Amino acid sequence: MAKVILEARDVVKHYPVTKGLLQRTVGWVRAVDGVSFSVEQGKTLSIVGESGAGKTTVARQILLLEKLTSGSILFEGTDLYKMSPAQVKDDYRPKVHYVQQNPWSSMNPRMRIRDVVGEPIFVNTKQTKKTVYTEVGKLLDQVGIDTDGMTRYPHEFSGGQRQRIAVARALALNPTLLILDEPVSALDVSIRAQIMNLFKDLQSKFDLSYIVIAHNLATVRYMSHSVAIMYLGQLVEYGDSEALFERPLHPYTRALISASQLTLPEDSEGKAQQIILTGEMPSPLNPPSGCRFHTRCTEASDKCSKDVPEMRKVGKQMVKCHHYD
Amino acid sequence: MLNTITTTAKTKKKKQYRGISRATRVMRNLALWIPTVVMAFMIVLAIFSPWIAPHDPTVGKITDRYLPPAFMEGGKTDYLLGTDQLGRDILSRLIYGARISLSVSLLAIAITASIGTVLGIIAGYGGGRTDAIVMRVVDVALSFPGLLLAMLLAVAIGPGFWTVVFALSLLGWAGYARMIRGEAMRLSQSDFVAQARVNGASGWRIMTRHIFPNIINSLIVLMTLQVGMMILAEAALSYLGIGISVPTPSWGSMVSDGRANLDNAWWISAFPGAAIGLVVLSGNFLGDWIRDKLDPRLRQL
Amino acid sequence: MSNIVLQVEDLHTSFFTRAGEVKAVDGVSFYVREGETFGIVGESGCGKSVTGLSILRLLPEPAGQVVGGKIIMEGKSLLELNPKQMRAYRGKMISMILQDPMSSLNPVYTIGDQIGESVRLHQDLPENMVEAEVIDALRLLRIPSPEMRAREYPFQLSGGMRQRAVGAIAMSCRPRLLIADEPTTALDATIQAQYIALFEDIQEKTNVAIIFITHDFGVVARICDRVGVMYAGKIVETASTRDIFKNPKHPYTKALIQSVPQLDKKDERLFSIEGQPPSLLRLPKGCRFYPRCTVSMDICKEQEPPEVKIGENRSVSCWRVK
Repeated sequence: MAKVILEARDVVKHYPVTKGLLQRTVGWVRAVDGVSFSVEQGKTLSIVGESGAGKTTVARQILLLEKLTSGSILFEGTDLYKMSPAQVKDDYRPKVHYVQQNPWSSMNPRMRIRDVVGEPIFVNTKQTKKTVYTEVGKLLDQVGIDTDGMTRYPHEFSGGQRQRIAVARALALNPTLLILDEPVSALDVSIRAQIMNLFKDLQSKFDLSYIVIAHNLATVRYMSHSVAIMYLGQLVEYGDSEALFERPLHPYTRALISASQLTLPEDSEGKAQQIILTGEMPSPLNPPSGCRFHTRCTEASDKCSKDVPEMRKVGKQMVKCHHYD
Repeated sequence: MLNTITTTAKTKKKKQYRGISRATRVMRNLALWIPTVVMAFMIVLAIFSPWIAPHDPTVGKITDRYLPPAFMEGGKTDYLLGTDQLGRDILSRLIYGARISLSVSLLAIAITASIGTVLGIIAGYGGGRTDAIVMRVVDVALSFPGLLLAMLLAVAIGPGFWTVVFALSLLGWAGYARMIRGEAMRLSQSDFVAQARVNGASGWRIMTRHIFPNIINSLIVLMTLQVGMMILAEAALSYLGIGISVPTPSWGSMVSDGRANLDNAWWISAFPGAAIGLVVLSGNFLGDWIRDKLDPRLRQL
Repeated sequence: MSNIVLQVEDLHTSFFTRAGEVKAVDGVSFYVREGETFGIVGESGCGKSVTGLSILRLLPEPAGQVVGGKIIMEGKSLLELNPKQMRAYRGKMISMILQDPMSSLNPVYTIGDQIGESVRLHQDLPENMVEAEVIDALRLLRIPSPEMRAREYPFQLSGGMRQRAVGAIAMSCRPRLLIADEPTTALDATIQAQYIALFEDIQEKTNVAIIFITHDFGVVARICDRVGVMYAGKIVETASTRDIFKNPKHPYTKALIQSVPQLDKKDERLFSIEGQPPSLLRLPKGCRFYPRCTVSMDICKEQEPPEVKIGENRSVSCWRVK
């Protein structure tokens, strides 16, 4: 078995809701509520969910941009939140990088491309400008950006090019893990495929691990080895990508897959299969009792509204649903 | 028929467009050159006032009191812009006044902007307790009666040039701090700052390389707007007798000198008032232009 | 066959900037029938939204101008209407739904006020009738307990409900034509499925013609009857949705459909179109897709391909298609 790069154990993030002059805490937003998963070297884990599911919060926790309420995150066996600031800076930061959704806001508009891409090197090493810029040239070359663009500013590039530049920056220190937060959803259809192929190529070239945050299942299927489906702060299904797409177990996973399938209006059979969920995701301030999905589930029974389901292993997947008790 | 309609529409629209574009271009150039010339002129006046001014600004001739400007009936060519209630030459006072008014306001702006920016960025980026402490001090500074503070200062260290600069600085920094803190807070939430943190950048680097350069725009706009306010504030202090000592002219004190005689000798207030207006306007135009130049996104346009 | 509600012929819309004339829409023709949904698909900057704004004559003037072509709605040429007549058309005959539901709603008015406003503008009704119309519009969009919702403010509604409220405003006067500009893009997958089902329902009830502007082929497949694929200011292919997916003719359409990752196929590599769309300031001389096309010929570089009709509902602009 491949080496586990990162492991999340029962990760929780609750935000206090305060009210009034004295900032009295009147409730908690349960953004992330007990999430566990692991990523292996050279593999991709995708965390899929709708907006408000808590997937970006998890990503930010891994990147230490957000604190943990409880639980732990282990990077190569070491608990991140027990590392000293110096350890974080020397042992963790250089190995984990981040590609954000929006290539228009992820770069300082007042920095030139060579400084944008070179920043991780400037911050973490003591090289001269000249050697850093040579390095930047190589990085840009790897992602298919002409090195003539080095002295230009981010706004002079198109969305697809900017996303390539963002990837170059993430690769600057030869990381082992990249967190890709909706890496293609802000891009045009014809550009998405280019970028997704680039990610695949880089993964096989550098044996990179990816955690992909996404809402589009088709993108996820193409890229990932394992998939975690998130709903209202919790994982509802988690496991091997092939198995999960072949045989989705959780009703929510099935609805998501149905919503992402390409169905032509004339395909009557396709239409019959389509699952359309009613209602919207409830507020994480007051999650429903029992199974969190029961308010929208077409197969819910009495038990679902009363008892909280456990995560169970079924075949190659884990699922949190009473139907598999 | 439809064809002809569309073609005439085409030519008409194109002409309209070209006209607008030329007008815009001319306006843009004027917006740069007029304020630059005005500002340069004022600065030259300020530096070389002893050589330029035709009369001594502090000594008047009692016999030449309330003389109107030369171009009006009863005016003397000796006093191009007329004289004030003590018979002093307004033109000369205006030229010398540029010295005091410009240096007081520019100095005060430099000091307030520096203090306000540093504190604002620290509060906005630091957040939490740092933010709370800085902002409470700002609240106190903003709620303190400014004139009272200035008077206390004058009593403590005596009136004069530095007292004015000091008093204006004490009053002005909080406004900057509050605005810059808001901007810094917004930028701290931005994607590229998150990215910098992931890259391992230190707080110092984030504040100086990522937040500060993106604040310059608003800072410059605020600074240029303050030129006028500072000149006027200096006038108020001078009027209360805690500013620049009496015979030395400053534009603000000249405006207040003429207030009692607005109906029969309007020129005493009007010319320094116009000078203030001109400087303020030029400052705003220049500020806009600099802001556009500093922004790489607008530089190409 | 049902009536044609809107016919656009050889529409040209340009933006005049300091850098020169940007031909955002450069000769676009299509039509929509009653009760039909026509999709305009394309990448950002291909001119699909500008086409929508040109029809409503809501371009940011004076920079953006319709410089040629005809827009005919049920016999009336919209480009020849004066501004006042055009205002009477907007909202009553043609309405529009935009991408971001939050910025389309005014936060200080109730949902009922905002729907009522457009009813009052276009119909001379007594106040109690206006109210009935408002409730009706909310009901049409399947908003639960409409009487209560009408008295609520936008912030009190969830994202999906807000998007429905925007739809209710657009449908309040029962327009003949609805232009929907990326209405589903900001929505989550499961909510998107609900919303699309709702569109179909509305169309069935009101027989409204819909122009659906989107970049998402998945949405196109679900809702559109016919599709125009736009590239750099031109519609390169028009066909029924089925034909577009099953038998695309234009190399751009083919490439786009191939590059959309699909759930039921797991490829090792995605098909990708290299390069980027051309700048609208400097369009290539021949076919605009020529620089990225894998099956280009010599003529493609020199001459723009004409629009070739194949069958009744289909046209393609490509030298390869005869």
